[in-house]
Amino acid sequence: MKIYVPLDSAAVALGADDVAAAITSYAAKAGISVEIVRNGSRGMVWLEPLVEIEDAQGRRAFGPLSPADVPALLEGTLKSLGRVEDIAFFARQTRLTFARCGLIDPLDLTSYAAHGGLGGLKRALSMTAQQTVEEVTASGLRGRGGAGFPTGLKWETVRSAQASQKYIVCNADEGDSGTFADRMLMEGDPFSLIEGMVIAGLAVGATRGYVYLRSEYPVAIRVMRAAVDIARENALLGEDILGTGTAFDVDIRVGAGAYVCGEETALLNSLEGKRGTVRAKPPLPALHGFMGQPTVVNNVISLATIPVIFEHGAAHYAAFGIGRSKGTVTLQLAGNVKYGGLFEAGFGMTLGDVVTDIGGGTATGKPVKAVQVGGPLGAFMRPDKFETPIGYEEFDNAGGLIGHAGLTVFDDSADMGALAQFAMEFCAIESCGKCTPCRIGSTRGVETIARIRNGDHAAIPLLEDLCDTMRDGSLCALGGFTPYPVLSALNGWPQDFGVTTAEVTQ
Amino acid sequence: MSATDPTDDTLSRLIARHRDCEGPLLPILHDMMEAFGHIDEGTYPQLGRALGITRAEIHGVVSFYHDFKTRPNGHHTIKLCRAEACQSVGATETQSALFDRLGLTDFGTTPDGRITVEAVYCLGLCACGPAALVDTQPRGRVSAQSLATEVGA
Ligand SMILES: Cc1cc2nc3c(=O)[nH]c(=O)nc-3n(C[C@H](O)[C@H](O)[C@H](O)COP(=O)(O)O)c2cc1C
Ligand code: SF4
Ligand code: FES
Repeated sequence: MKIYVPLDSAAVALGADDVAAAITSYAAKAGISVEIVRNGSRGMVWLEPLVEIEDAQGRRAFGPLSPADVPALLEGTLKSLGRVEDIAFFARQTRLTFARCGLIDPLDLTSYAAHGGLGGLKRALSMTAQQTVEEVTASGLRGRGGAGFPTGLKWETVRSAQASQKYIVCNADEGDSGTFADRMLMEGDPFSLIEGMVIAGLAVGATRGYVYLRSEYPVAIRVMRAAVDIARENALLGEDILGTGTAFDVDIRVGAGAYVCGEETALLNSLEGKRGTVRAKPPLPALHGFMGQPTVVNNVISLATIPVIFEHGAAHYAAFGIGRSKGTVTLQLAGNVKYGGLFEAGFGMTLGDVVTDIGGGTATGKPVKAVQVGGPLGAFMRPDKFETPIGYEEFDNAGGLIGHAGLTVFDDSADMGALAQFAMEFCAIESCGKCTPCRIGSTRGVETIARIRNGDHAAIPLLEDLCDTMRDGSLCALGGFTPYPVLSALNGWPQDFGVTTAEVTQ
Repeated sequence: MSATDPTDDTLSRLIARHRDCEGPLLPILHDMMEAFGHIDEGTYPQLGRALGITRAEIHGVVSFYHDFKTRPNGHHTIKLCRAEACQSVGATETQSALFDRLGLTDFGTTPDGRITVEAVYCLGLCACGPAALVDTQPRGRVSAQSLATEVGA
């Protein structure tokens, strides 16, 4: 029988390697013939390690599994969760970007192709560069890395630039707390990212690509490197892509533990071997990027969504979503949440649906106090904002941002004063140092919040002024957006700072 | 590192492996971390000559990134996540308990030089926090006890 045991970091973090070892050794002892496939995760982290057995009856899931469950699993006496596709959390999703993640062996190119892989690339190979860019524009895809910039527009800028060398750079720095979609995708379906990068190369006329992958993701680094080797051996990368005479190749580069290197210009500096400081824009990276050449910088999820857009057509993709937020969003339910994991669905569900219905509320069973959406630079939202639909403009109007679509849930034991202080501390630790409001302001911010929390209410207007200065005087969103978590915490939960609503002027 | 140091050869090999790629410095520094456990200032002249950059530039890069260390870590390294999602499930308390258990007052290396505890900000394990990397092994729902046991403390 075939047994799927995820190699995904979250599954491994919860004991998947031990389960795999236990299966091998028990099977050997009991004389049961098993084939273990290390797949990606199906995204239901509370059920990890989630193991699936495939036999004549189809594919049945078991989890969360510990090595002690292995004898019952192999003897057929363990109670199954049924088919993954029938588990409510999974059944409610629209899986486009993550269609194959957890389903296939991530390094089996044949299985990748059998599940729709390479279909998008083959179609793109039959199109002109301009048509390829137009297809992306028609899909309505907006960058999933944070800013939501239209991907087609970015590609068109690079396509129409004249240069001897252009580049595709994949931003796989995923530094935001509460996010793990990039990691899951790279570990579970690396070829979709590679295929997306090849299509991007065809579209803009780039022959070289880099994946800038954070060092905190050792499993993703290993899987991506192996996938690139396999892709080269099978002409998915190299001088002669699928026998068409077109060239494109990819290298995996590892970051070095600096959050700010997720910002695209800092990332390019880092890739060039420099300090990861932010560059002033303009010039745009699209025109003056890696090595001064026109460069597409896109997030992992943006690029990995490209193949499915080409496979089913732009109109199919654009039919999902609401308003100007087209297609699917790969939500990540994180923190103190009962059902944590990856949930892909069309834009438009409300925040409350996601946190309460899908996520099941908090893991501790206590009331939800706050949800931080969009990572450390995103606002803390109160349950009275739960009606907000998940969409770029909709969140903007509610004073929040979607960012990379991570949702971190806090129960009523959270201290919003401490979290605000942490937001400033994080900015101080990770600042690239280029602008004074960010470099110095964040340290002053830590001190000022500490003063307020110690009862000095006169420091409130100081903090508000400081946040204004950081917002207006910072070159990038690290300094510029840190005021969002800080002020949303202060305004939303003044009692956690020991002050009354009336004392908070904004 | 002196000219007679046996690692000199290793360094030349590491440099040769990457020098023709675009932006070779970070890949070389990563390989040096792996081979030597830290980055010795004594290597800057050789590196600088090979890549056509100054000592100051190398120092600037090494000091910018959290991953590059100028002194070796302990025998085991625990990277403990301090970021928001892990805080929401008690990472701050886990951190204090781990410090108590190892006799640390802050992030750093234990007095016996065996174990280094570093702060990290998210490991992508935010739905199963508190999270850590023990050497390079991802660990979820950790406690001070589970971490200490794993590194034999
Ligand atoms: C401080 C900071 C950190 C960022 N971190 C990331 C990141 O980890 N991953 C990412 O894709 N984008 C990140 N971004 C956004 C990038 O600058 C850029 O907008 C993105 O890579 C563009 O790709 P997209 O259009 O596909 O989203 C960050 C931005 C800032 C200001
Ligand atoms: S805001 Fe902060 S991180 Fe961004 S460029 Fe300025 S100093 Fe650097
Ligand atoms: S916040 Fe700790 S792993 Fe993401």
